[in-house]
Amino acid sequence: MTLLGFFNYWVVVTLMMIGFYCVIARGNMIKKVMGLNLFQTSVFILFVSAGKVVGGSTPILRDGVEVYSNPLPHVIVLTAIVVGVAITAVGLALAVRIQEAYGTIEDDHLGDDLDDDEQG
Amino acid sequence: MTLLDLMPFMMLAPLIGSGFVAVLPGRATPWAVTMLVCLSSAIIAAAVLAETLGGATMSYPFGNWPPPIGIEYRVDAANAFVAFLVAAMAAVTLLWAPKSVAVEIQGRHGTFYALFLLVVAGLLGITLTGDAFNVFVFLEISSLASYALIAYGQDRRALLAAFRYLIMGTVGATFFLIGIAFLYMVTGTLNMADLAERLPAMSDNNAVRAALAFIVVGMGLKLALLPLHLWLPNAYAYAPNFVTVFLAGTATKVALYVMLRFAFTVFGPDYSFVVLPLSTVLMVLALAGMFAGSWVAMFQIHLKRMLAYSSVAQVGYMVLGVSLATLTGLTAAFLHLFNHALIKTALFMAVGCVIYRTGSARLDDLRGLGRQMPWTLTAFALAGLSIIGVPTTVGFISKWYLVLASIEAGAWWLVVFLVITSLMALYYIWRVIEAAWFSPRPNGAAEMREAPLALLIPTWFVVSLNFYFGLDTRLTVGAARAAAGALLGDGGSAP
Amino acid sequence: MKNNGILRILARFLIPLILLVGLYIQFHGEYSPGGGFQAGLVFSAGWILFVLIYGLKRGLDAIPLKAMYVLSAAGVLIYALTGLAGVLLGGRYLEFSDLLSNPQAAQQAGIIIVEFGVGLTVATVAMLLFTLFARRRQMWDEVLDEQALNDEEDSA
Repeated sequence: MTLLGFFNYWVVVTLMMIGFYCVIARGNMIKKVMGLNLFQTSVFILFVSAGKVVGGSTPILRDGVEVYSNPLPHVIVLTAIVVGVAITAVGLALAVRIQEAYGTIEDDHLGDDLDDDEQG
Repeated sequence: MTLLDLMPFMMLAPLIGSGFVAVLPGRATPWAVTMLVCLSSAIIAAAVLAETLGGATMSYPFGNWPPPIGIEYRVDAANAFVAFLVAAMAAVTLLWAPKSVAVEIQGRHGTFYALFLLVVAGLLGITLTGDAFNVFVFLEISSLASYALIAYGQDRRALLAAFRYLIMGTVGATFFLIGIAFLYMVTGTLNMADLAERLPAMSDNNAVRAALAFIVVGMGLKLALLPLHLWLPNAYAYAPNFVTVFLAGTATKVALYVMLRFAFTVFGPDYSFVVLPLSTVLMVLALAGMFAGSWVAMFQIHLKRMLAYSSVAQVGYMVLGVSLATLTGLTAAFLHLFNHALIKTALFMAVGCVIYRTGSARLDDLRGLGRQMPWTLTAFALAGLSIIGVPTTVGFISKWYLVLASIEAGAWWLVVFLVITSLMALYYIWRVIEAAWFSPRPNGAAEMREAPLALLIPTWFVVSLNFYFGLDTRLTVGAARAAAGALLGDGGSAP
Repeated sequence: MKNNGILRILARFLIPLILLVGLYIQFHGEYSPGGGFQAGLVFSAGWILFVLIYGLKRGLDAIPLKAMYVLSAAGVLIYALTGLAGVLLGGRYLEFSDLLSNPQAAQQAGIIIVEFGVGLTVATVAMLLFTLFARRRQMWDEVLDEQALNDEEDSA
């Protein structure tokens, strides 16, 4: 196997790291949610690429086709996408509420508020 | 209709019920329906637990598709034990709920209780299912609903806590999903029993090693194992009291169960603990968690936050039992899983009573309150004895079995650590008792009345359970041993 | 965007097509690629495009907020009760083969009903999410307008 043989994995790893970096390094909550989305999408690609059978056609029953790709990962990814949509919605809703309560969604400005009760 | 037919309704009842509860008007009706649903879940769970304790395994194929193709619910003593804990805790904490929720949540309560039912359904789904991907789906159902529940907190910091929990929880769940993706790629199956059959043949595969690592880290996040615990203190401190009471008793326990299920049943103890050094990793993290959690708890001035850090330490105790990877160690872990739920529920309920009257959970505002709210603070002190591990309480039983397991594994030095962290627990509980009973009430502080009976009775009920199961251990130890036996695969024979 | 002629004409062509594609995916889902989730999202995308062009008010005239709540709960209940029918007929949860005399036709019928429930819920929940975020914005605009008015009165 050459490096290119693992092409899909390189894409997955790159996307995952971009997303993860975004979640950790960005203070803006919308950007955090976007990073989270990217992070999840990379896992979806991992799943879908695992279902591809070399030379296989789309998994639809019809005449003259013998080899099909595996449809199960697609179903799994579909479910995971639903979960991702729900998380994005909840995350954005929280961001809206935080904006209303604090007037900002930059996490760096908000950290002190949480630590108020930390120690006496 | 047999028990097997009823078994999935343990999870389906809250799931379907939440749809109904969401549209119910007012406050009393949603609570009543929720209570009814949780009670029926708890009754089914108790029956299932009684059935599986003897070593039986129940398998329910959804849509009657046979297991490797369809999704099955596979229940042995280990799941049944955790499922019963979740369902029973849901019912017990609901008894405590109405008064506390009434002051904290404005408007109608339908949506709030619908979300609560979703959390219950998600947690039960995680424990019952025998399908790896299904675990992820239920994990997200329960997590999403709990983010929303935490955001209901009155303090605006609840929003921040919920958002941070959402970010960390989602990263954890996605890690878990990556682990499942690796397992699926190498074995081509998602059924846990199938996975357990196919994995031993490929123990040399790097993807399998990575899968175990991802699953353990993902669940470690949900479990609040030490370096991954950062979401927990804020989430517990600012959530509505009822939500804290329920989540503290159940959410982390279910995550621990998933970790155990994968480490023991799917990968097998030989692989996780002999081939890979999971035992050492978990032991180091557990000890660090016990220390750091207790240490930070000693200096907290916010009661709920103090108890939350104490939870981080208690998770350490459970993981310590797991890391020994023996029957006694696992028994101790399951025992503490159950006992800690009782202890923390009682403590948070007592703190909830204080907050109900005074509106504050700060140590300063607690001074001299012991004489004005004697029943509440006595309950707190008794539950505190339990977390310290005084004999005749459940906390003692857990620690006793942990000591037994340590000595049996030849690691007697662990006993020293257990004693030291218990002394730290003594210190942080003592600070509260000292403030409440031995400090004068500050001048000008308002006169407080005792908490209402609707809150006190459930609190005292859980406190008395702490002592009942501390004296009569046949039920809990027997169930915990059966659960541990089921995970180690010796048929779960009771002693 | 009501006044932009190009957008309006294009939308007039596109919206019925999008809704139609949504229904097509819905009702071919049991035997070919498709199903409730995709169909629901495509369908709601048509409605959202309508709202973007003609405004939220007219969108809510077509499907009121209350209807969305009720339909989204109804979709879940359709799914759950169809599953329950299998249990009542003596089978397992979500077992459809006893629904009709021919087990294969019964499976197909069961899937169609269940997918209909899924489609209903997904479509209405997607619309609901959009509406709730959009209305939040509207509320903010009103608050800001009020503030601006007050400021003007103060300065006057």
